[in-house]
Amino acid sequence: RRRDVLTVTPWLAPIVWEGTFDPDVLDSAYKPLNLTIGVTAFAVGKYTRFVRRFLDSAEQHFLRGYRVNYYIFTDSPQSIPRPQLQPGRSLVTVPVQGYPSWQEISMRRMEAINRHVAKESQGQVRYLFCLDIDMVFHNPWGPETLGDMVAAIHPGYFDVPREQFPYERRSSSAAFIPEGEGDFYYGGAVFGGLVEKVYEFTKMCHMTILADKANGIMAVWQEESHLNRHFLSHKPSKLLSPEYIWDDRKPKPPQIHLVRFSTVNKNYKEVRN
Amino acid sequence: RRDVLVLTPWLAPIVWEGTFSRDILDAQYLQKNLVTGVVTFAVEKYWLFIEGFMSSANKYFLAGHPVNFYLFTDSPEKISHLQMAPENHLFVIPVQDDPRWQDLSRSRMDILSSYIQRQFQHEVDYLYSMDINVQLLAHIGVEIIDALVATISSWQVTPQQDNKASETQPESQSAIPEGQGDFYYTASFYGGSVAEVYKLTRACSAGLVEDRENGIEGPWHHESHLNRYLLQHKPTRLLSPEYYWDTEL
Repeated sequence: RRRDVLTVTPWLAPIVWEGTFDPDVLDSAYKPLNLTIGVTAFAVGKYTRFVRRFLDSAEQHFLRGYRVNYYIFTDSPQSIPRPQLQPGRSLVTVPVQGYPSWQEISMRRMEAINRHVAKESQGQVRYLFCLDIDMVFHNPWGPETLGDMVAAIHPGYFDVPREQFPYERRSSSAAFIPEGEGDFYYGGAVFGGLVEKVYEFTKMCHMTILADKANGIMAVWQEESHLNRHFLSHKPSKLLSPEYIWDDRKPKPPQIHLVRFSTVNKNYKEVRN
Repeated sequence: RRDVLVLTPWLAPIVWEGTFSRDILDAQYLQKNLVTGVVTFAVEKYWLFIEGFMSSANKYFLAGHPVNFYLFTDSPEKISHLQMAPENHLFVIPVQDDPRWQDLSRSRMDILSSYIQRQFQHEVDYLYSMDINVQLLAHIGVEIIDALVATISSWQVTPQQDNKASETQPESQSAIPEGQGDFYYTASFYGGSVAEVYKLTRACSAGLVEDRENGIEGPWHHESHLNRYLLQHKPTRLLSPEYYWDTEL
């Protein structure tokens, strides 16, 4: 049990921290269901270099013992490594267009995921997680993360007051969240849920991204701003603590007992061009 | 709330005053256009409780949201006119009850599952079973709405201690092995989605029938079966003992 952190939201969604759950109880509830869980990750341009570490660490820590389909969205399928995977796990590459700017690549992810769900993955998986590729698993990520609609609390903002959340503050953007509103600041690197919920969610985000485009505006944190807007109106049914979306550049505060998934140290200037 | 457990080991929230915002939950509930039903039994002398129960439930149970009250009774003629809120409906369903108390709990589970199948599933999205001999003293709102919801008994005992009501006859279908058991739930208030409540009542009913055929029965019997079921099919949400306080305590 954790008394030092919030473990339930005001709308009664659990917030998953180490110490709040029993992995054995959850495994015994979920394993018999014979689920297949999907993971989407985008490796476009220079980001293909992150695939190997992502996959190797996922094989070790991500829903071990469950059936998993990796969907690697890429503009160069031939440069995607295909390591040996555990039984019941598979990898497919999904061709996507490269775009001239990293912001554009980032924002188009919602559309690509939504299209892919409609076309393929909805028949193949029950749950789908959409993760950033430039990250690595360090500790178990298990069925405690499964839920109808799952968001993760951004590591930079879990302990700061709402006024400091970097929501989009221009009212001309469809991602606008006024001062005084907002529950949490969620990170764009991790979200997921039932595949049909992810379909609806990515569609809504893509619509508002397009609306902004038509008005010549780009939200301050790209699709992350839109994700936050939508999670404000359609609250997630489960939240993951920053253990599940950590940034290794940050010093570990006392509330973080276990880092499960975190960013790879990289040279932003170099990979984004 | 730091003084109480608010999350089970399987990440189901435990609803205590102070853990939730009814406004946020109401907004979510309204988005979905749901109807909730309440089932209660008033047989033999229990018809005396009808008026008290109905007037408090009408006032405090999911106030402002449409509720269908399904009142099973063997004395429908004794029911005086009850004033209902405009969004609520009362359905009085006459039943012929078994003279024996033990069969009462079995036939309730039976009655409930068969009515869900032929009627309730078409009329409500969520369904709650409540004992009639209670009065609601404060609002019970949409914080109770979830797939499978059970109330922690105010007689809560930890698995390590000796149980007042936990089935001790090992041959019973409801026996919970020593040391197991997450919480002890009261049969006086439980519910969830119509589909989940159907599965639960069918399973408990079958267990009770089997036990009776083997000569095993007892006054707490349907509660034991409920607990056994919920051990194997964990509730998605728990209500704290605030939601059903046994005044015998």
